[in-house]
Amino acid sequence: MSHLTQIPASRRAFLGLAAGGLALAAAGAPAQAAKVRTSARIVILGAGAAGTALANRLVERLEGASITLIDGRKQHLYQPGFTLIAAGLKPADYSVSETGGWLPKGASWIEEPAAEIDPEAKIVTTASGQKVAYDYLIVATGLTLDYDQIEGMSLDLVGREGIGSVYAGPDYAAKTWALMDRFTDEGGIGLFTRPATEMKCAGAPLKYTFLTDDYARRKGTRGKVEINYAAHGGSLFSVPIVNEKVRMLYEDRGFNTVYNHVMKAIDPGKKIATFATPEGDVEMPYDFTNVIPPMRAPDVVINSPLPWADRWVGQGWVEVDQYKLRHRRYPEVFAVGDIAGVPKGKTAASVKWQVPVVEEQLVAQIEGKDSDELYNGYTSCPLITRIGRAMLVEFDYNNNLTPSFPGVIAPLEELWISWLMKEVALKATYNAMLRGKA
Amino acid sequence: MKDLTFQTLIAVFEEIFGFWLFWGMVAAAVIVTLAYIYVLVRDRSLSMRKFFLAQLSMPFGAVAAVWFVMVMTHSHVSDIGGPVDVIVFLGVAVLGAIGCAILVYTLQSLMRGKGDTSSDL
Repeated sequence: MSHLTQIPASRRAFLGLAAGGLALAAAGAPAQAAKVRTSARIVILGAGAAGTALANRLVERLEGASITLIDGRKQHLYQPGFTLIAAGLKPADYSVSETGGWLPKGASWIEEPAAEIDPEAKIVTTASGQKVAYDYLIVATGLTLDYDQIEGMSLDLVGREGIGSVYAGPDYAAKTWALMDRFTDEGGIGLFTRPATEMKCAGAPLKYTFLTDDYARRKGTRGKVEINYAAHGGSLFSVPIVNEKVRMLYEDRGFNTVYNHVMKAIDPGKKIATFATPEGDVEMPYDFTNVIPPMRAPDVVINSPLPWADRWVGQGWVEVDQYKLRHRRYPEVFAVGDIAGVPKGKTAASVKWQVPVVEEQLVAQIEGKDSDELYNGYTSCPLITRIGRAMLVEFDYNNNLTPSFPGVIAPLEELWISWLMKEVALKATYNAMLRGKA
Repeated sequence: MKDLTFQTLIAVFEEIFGFWLFWGMVAAAVIVTLAYIYVLVRDRSLSMRKFFLAQLSMPFGAVAAVWFVMVMTHSHVSDIGGPVDVIVFLGVAVLGAIGCAILVYTLQSLMRGKGDTSSDL
């Protein structure tokens, strides 16, 4: 038997393994394109996800260009993390980093907000009155949460009187978690809504409803918790096939859904919210609510000539070609991220798809060429349905599902792997995107 | 996911475990692998006696790996919702089992020293 107890080890086998590993590592290295020489002055309005990612890519792509970011915000916020903070799974600082830490050396940063855009004269004026001339302007300001449009609502209420607001920021998300934690201990009526305007991450209101339900079930208090969801329109989600799935899940989880209800006022003392409906105003009580305000363009954009005049009136999104993201009236102006006036895609995933399109379109324009790089409306939403499970929903302008892993990760199935992506892989991918690497 | 490069993967893992824990684990894995290669080259053979003990450790490695992933990701076994989840779950278990087997084999070899075949069958 002794000959069976020893298996000879081959040196060649080890070398083969090592070579294979090296080949794998080398195959992952991205190819470097030749730099384009230009003296163009490029101004990027906003150093959030879109502005930062684009700046990092343009610095690598262009030589001799003057790239200036204008943004007064010192903190960079990883907004996809807000839901996890508000679910008690991450601390508030999970979403916070320094804006300056992400910006490339080859770009300059004016640390103050923009006050005025003049696309005729091609000048941006900052809050202190500094005038910055541009050859190309990228509008990447993000959007404004308009709490004032809900009567009786103000940000200092968040964390009190049963009023939460996940969107307001990491600290407000943490305060919302404290309320949700208490609510799912004690029971009562949970009221969940979404605004009637365009909004960022339209899946987030649904996720938070699911998470509240999940906590109540885990704590054994679901019997004492009533969950009411007020949809702003006639559906829960704008993509019909996803809407049907969410409707089924809502039914399965025992949520009471009402449609065509838009929150217009809140009374913290009485804990009653008032909704505008086609049948007139309707009051709904709550013990815990996640207020999601109407969203619109920041004042600097709304007060400029850049927004659509006939679409999303009053919301101020920049009038761009939905495929090229170039302004329809000012061809040297682009919009990227939440501020872009396109039918879909106010998410970080959209930014990841939009940024390379704007980069290619801009560089082609500088070179006097055309680019066939287009944005197809891609958006993705890891729609959390409970802690540990999510549906990886991806779609485009045509409401088609566009799964990244067809046949492997089913888009409308509640999966653990989709949860893993949201919880552990998403922020890393986002960070890589900020650096222009993904 | 648009471009899943090696660099992105590294960034993803750094994020999952934190910089120090991730690179600590990479260092531990590299050290164990190098030690394993060292004892194989030194002994010029695979000892079935040590390999048998290493195999016995595999279930523990599998359970430990699954437990680690579940705790790090706020997940539970009941979250498995489809075939791909089962594959990921089994993959984690298999990686844990193999890693543990290599570790146990290497430790035995290092502790017992070169040419220790006295306990072989």
